[in-house]
Amino acid sequence: MAEATEGRAWHEIVRDVLKRHNVSLVTYVPDNVMRPLIEAIHADPFFTAFACTREEEAVGITAGAWMGGTRGILLMQTSGFATLPNVLASLSVPFQIPTLMMVSERGTLGEFNIGQSLVARTMRPVLDALAIEHHTMTRLDEVEFIVDRSITQAVATMAPVCFILSPLLTGGKVFAK
Amino acid sequence: MASLANHPSNREQAKVMNRYDITKRMIGLLHQDEAVIGGIGYTNFDLWAASGSPSGRRQQNFYMLGSMGLAVPIALGVAIAQPARKVFALEGDGSVLMQLGSLSTVAARGQKNLCIVIMDNGAYQITGGQKTTTEQGTDIVGIARASGLAQSAWAADEDAFVELIGRSLKEDGPWLIGCRIDNQKPVDTTERDPSRIRDNFMRGLGVRK
Repeated sequence: MAEATEGRAWHEIVRDVLKRHNVSLVTYVPDNVMRPLIEAIHADPFFTAFACTREEEAVGITAGAWMGGTRGILLMQTSGFATLPNVLASLSVPFQIPTLMMVSERGTLGEFNIGQSLVARTMRPVLDALAIEHHTMTRLDEVEFIVDRSITQAVATMAPVCFILSPLLTGGKVFAK
Repeated sequence: MASLANHPSNREQAKVMNRYDITKRMIGLLHQDEAVIGGIGYTNFDLWAASGSPSGRRQQNFYMLGSMGLAVPIALGVAIAQPARKVFALEGDGSVLMQLGSLSTVAARGQKNLCIVIMDNGAYQITGGQKTTTEQGTDIVGIARASGLAQSAWAADEDAFVELIGRSLKEDGPWLIGCRIDNQKPVDTTERDPSRIRDNFMRGLGVRK
């Protein structure tokens, strides 16, 4: 792993792994912590990237693209994930679509918004209830391994996967007065 | 951009047609393995019914089994992945009202190979016919135009519907065709086997051999 992480920030590692796996479509509902990744992706002509009006919509778009032969990933924050149980349970999981999701974790380790801290507690129970593979990334040296292996697994097993970006990795969103 | 001056922009000017009949007419115009995404409910059932024939069932159809409102986003994803193929989203009024933002996403992308067909009976028919807001003054074509989908119109009648579908096949989109439909029951019921639906669709699109 050491060679891979040399000198690169988490978002550069993610961008590079996505490219290596030919994940070229990126749909997102913006998030401040995700901003460097979104900017890196927009700066690279390999990717087709755009904002959606809802996270649910973004799941539909990446599902359609997958069936049409293009791999995609959806970027969002915790509160956005909380809008997804129905689409995951009625589209991604039963139709065996490898929906790739990356969530920047709000609601913990210094959260200042009570709504975020409450809704964040629904995320892992929802993922567990639907038996969706998920990994919380806390350290720079584990990002490459987790994202790389899990994309391979999602495609091979035709199952969704969710990558959770912990504030331990990203710094999170700091208290704003 | 194509002129739609001879097609109504107002729901009140559109004739009430039959969902199965116009779905059948539409399927009859598809000769290039165009992809069709059926939203949930009776729109979906009549797509299934209109796509069967003694020689087999049309393979380039995808049938949702939930995820209400996502026919347009799924169709957009297919259209992005396969820009050389025309893609249709068939959606009900109740469903599209749930995901109006997707119309602006389609417009912002200017997705040329996408056509959205709205089956508007003003009701949540499958749950007992409760009124949707289109029966109370909301106009889907008006919303579509204001979302940036300039090539949006109501089908005045069956002939106009056939003409609009024909144009969407020949000319760049994105298109949105509003269809007022009656409250007839669908002709058949879609087989509820998600992995089979998805696998068939992917083979129909040439993604799997």
